[in-house]
Amino acid sequence: MSIRVYVPRETTASSLGAELLVDALTTEAKYRGLDITIVRNGSRGACFLEPLVEVETAQGRVGYGPVQLEDIPDLFDADFLNGGQHRLSLGDVEKLPWFANQERLTFARCGIIAATSVEEYKAHGGFKGLENALAKEPAAIVQEVLDSGLRGRGGAAFPTGIKWQTVANAEADQKYIVCNADEGDSGTFSDRMIMEGDPLSLIEGMTIAGIAVGATKGYIYLRSEYPLTQQILLEAIANAEAAGYLGNNVAGSGKAFTLEVRMGAGAYICGEETSLLESLEGKRGQVRYKPPLPALKGLFGKPTVVNNVISLATVPVILEKGGKHYANFGRGRSLGTMPFQLGGNIKFGGLVEKAFGLTLRQLIEDFGGGTYTGRPVRAVQVGGPLGAYFPASLLDTPLDYEEFAKAGGMLGHGGVVVFDDTVNMARMARFSMEFCAAESCGKCTPCRIGSTRGMETIDRIVAAKNEEEREAQHIILKDLCETMEVASLCAMGGLTPMPVMSAVKHFKGDFQ
Amino acid sequence: MMQVVNPVRYQDFSLERATQVVQEFKDQPGALINALHKLQDTFGYVDEAAMPMLAKLFNLSRAEVHGVTSFYHDFRRSKPGTYTVRVCQAEACQAMGSVELTEAIKQQLGVDFHETTADGTFTLERVYCLGNCACAPSIMIDKQTYGRMTADRFKSLAESLSAKAKGSN
Ligand SMILES: Cc1cc2nc3c(=O)[nH]c(=O)nc-3n(C[C@H](O)[C@H](O)[C@H](O)COP(=O)(O)O)c2cc1C
Ligand code: SF4
Ligand code: FES
Repeated sequence: MSIRVYVPRETTASSLGAELLVDALTTEAKYRGLDITIVRNGSRGACFLEPLVEVETAQGRVGYGPVQLEDIPDLFDADFLNGGQHRLSLGDVEKLPWFANQERLTFARCGIIAATSVEEYKAHGGFKGLENALAKEPAAIVQEVLDSGLRGRGGAAFPTGIKWQTVANAEADQKYIVCNADEGDSGTFSDRMIMEGDPLSLIEGMTIAGIAVGATKGYIYLRSEYPLTQQILLEAIANAEAAGYLGNNVAGSGKAFTLEVRMGAGAYICGEETSLLESLEGKRGQVRYKPPLPALKGLFGKPTVVNNVISLATVPVILEKGGKHYANFGRGRSLGTMPFQLGGNIKFGGLVEKAFGLTLRQLIEDFGGGTYTGRPVRAVQVGGPLGAYFPASLLDTPLDYEEFAKAGGMLGHGGVVVFDDTVNMARMARFSMEFCAAESCGKCTPCRIGSTRGMETIDRIVAAKNEEEREAQHIILKDLCETMEVASLCAMGGLTPMPVMSAVKHFKGDFQ
Repeated sequence: MMQVVNPVRYQDFSLERATQVVQEFKDQPGALINALHKLQDTFGYVDEAAMPMLAKLFNLSRAEVHGVTSFYHDFRRSKPGTYTVRVCQAEACQAMGSVELTEAIKQQLGVDFHETTADGTFTLERVYCLGNCACAPSIMIDKQTYGRMTADRFKSLAESLSAKAKGSN
């Protein structure tokens, strides 16, 4: 019988040589007269173990990693196809504390199944949510999402159920579901991972959204930096169509829902929902004034749900197990789980899905094992390029929307970027301004011009000859940030002051 | 060992060919960006001469087509080298030394951002996050992402790529 060998088809694994392994494994097996089938799963999220090769043995599934091309003959010699011991042996990876201590709801299947297989998806609970949804009135589907407490995972944390309700109640001949897969925030990769590892969960979530609000057409707006993701999504969509889960008669319900993938073109601002809609309409990605809300006048002027990938990919499990079940995780107004992404200078980086409420320290130390360089953690940026920098003294802040706001930060899309003690925070603050200047849509002056002024001011602070001069420039920077905060149309200009001012607040000594 | 991507062979621009490849987007609402991507994938860049044709196809003014093309960082207005190297400049990569890596890559190739090496092999660009932040620093060559990049690894990768580009000439 053919032995199943799993090799992730996923950007991080691929960036570390996974595609080379596929060829080498096939060749070596043939040479040795062994019968193997290579299964292309996604990543389980332990980036530090990639490329992680797993084998389905009589004793269960066992892992080896990180595997390099040179290790292949050696692995065969160690009889890895039967779970043989090897320097890279990991055993049952789900028993490793890194996985065992997670709470995986959205990512339950990711890395486990062949990513685009409808059959394997269904064998692991896939399409049960859709089945349940089809048995309900649309309003009851929305109610389930309201009960779950799910808040948008794209950054703004707006309750998903309320957004859906607004679109459901709008009268129109055409409505749309738009998935925001722009994932522009640096330090984030959960959208990519779920789209590469369990794309059918996004497809199912969007279909459920369509049925709940009365939309028959969905778009996935995917950033162009993710070409592999695009291939995998297209394959998954084709498979879902072939199996009758997309098209004119979704799962035999008589309801229609179709999906199209549209590529972005390298503009961070197109992750902002109205800019994204402009881009989908083939225009410059300039931010729109609100109102009107996209929920009422969105894509091509029609009522539109715009949701992040993770928000939508979480809907199937909510409909499968119930909104109340999902709300059992987390605390306060931060309910459910969050796929945190640990990156930067971190030893065991990757995706950690956990109920809200664990502390930044638990995430960085218990899961992440501290810095990659082994030096002390000095600063942590949470929530992407517009998120605040935290000093080591604030590591005990619980990861929860309200707690983070109280500490002067935001969770955003859940990206956590770690820096060791060699970081220069004036340089990072300057970079935030530089990024804003490079990516501003140009509509408002404080964002477009203020960001360049901000760079210049930070340069002057650093170059100041005495304390008096330096303080004078600090006052200018503070005023500038206040203007950007209040006079910007969107969070690009409005939140750039957050990383800048948090760097000043916690690391003022670096500004010289 | 690192994945060595195959050199891209762009077609020479002709208006006739350009018109042909974008026809599939004619009746798709808002598909101007798809069309621009298609042109760039085919020719390596978006030629000025295609603008009036796009304007007509999508019922827009030429100024509008220009406006869209210039808004997005992806769209080039001149032919790139055989390989496009994009180096991540965002925070997670900075935390792992991307500033120094970028300097080394510029030295190695002898070009700055948005420039092409004299032999036409590499075009260097910057990018903000490749979604590979747990294995930083990251770069992308054409459509392949590379993690845990170092100056030494880049050097040998660039040499393999150069050899491959010359070999397939
Ligand atoms: C500058 C800027 C960039 C953004 N980038 C993204 C992004 O890349 N992905 C995303 O899902 N949301 C992004 N957002 C948030 C979206 O505007 C919007 O809130 C989100 O797509 C709504 O989906 P959700 O409610 O499911 O989170 C961004 C917002 C701003 C202001
Ligand atoms: S704040 Fe910046 S990005 Fe946002 S609308 Fe204004 S100019 Fe555009
Ligand atoms: S910050 Fe460089 S890959 Fe994300």
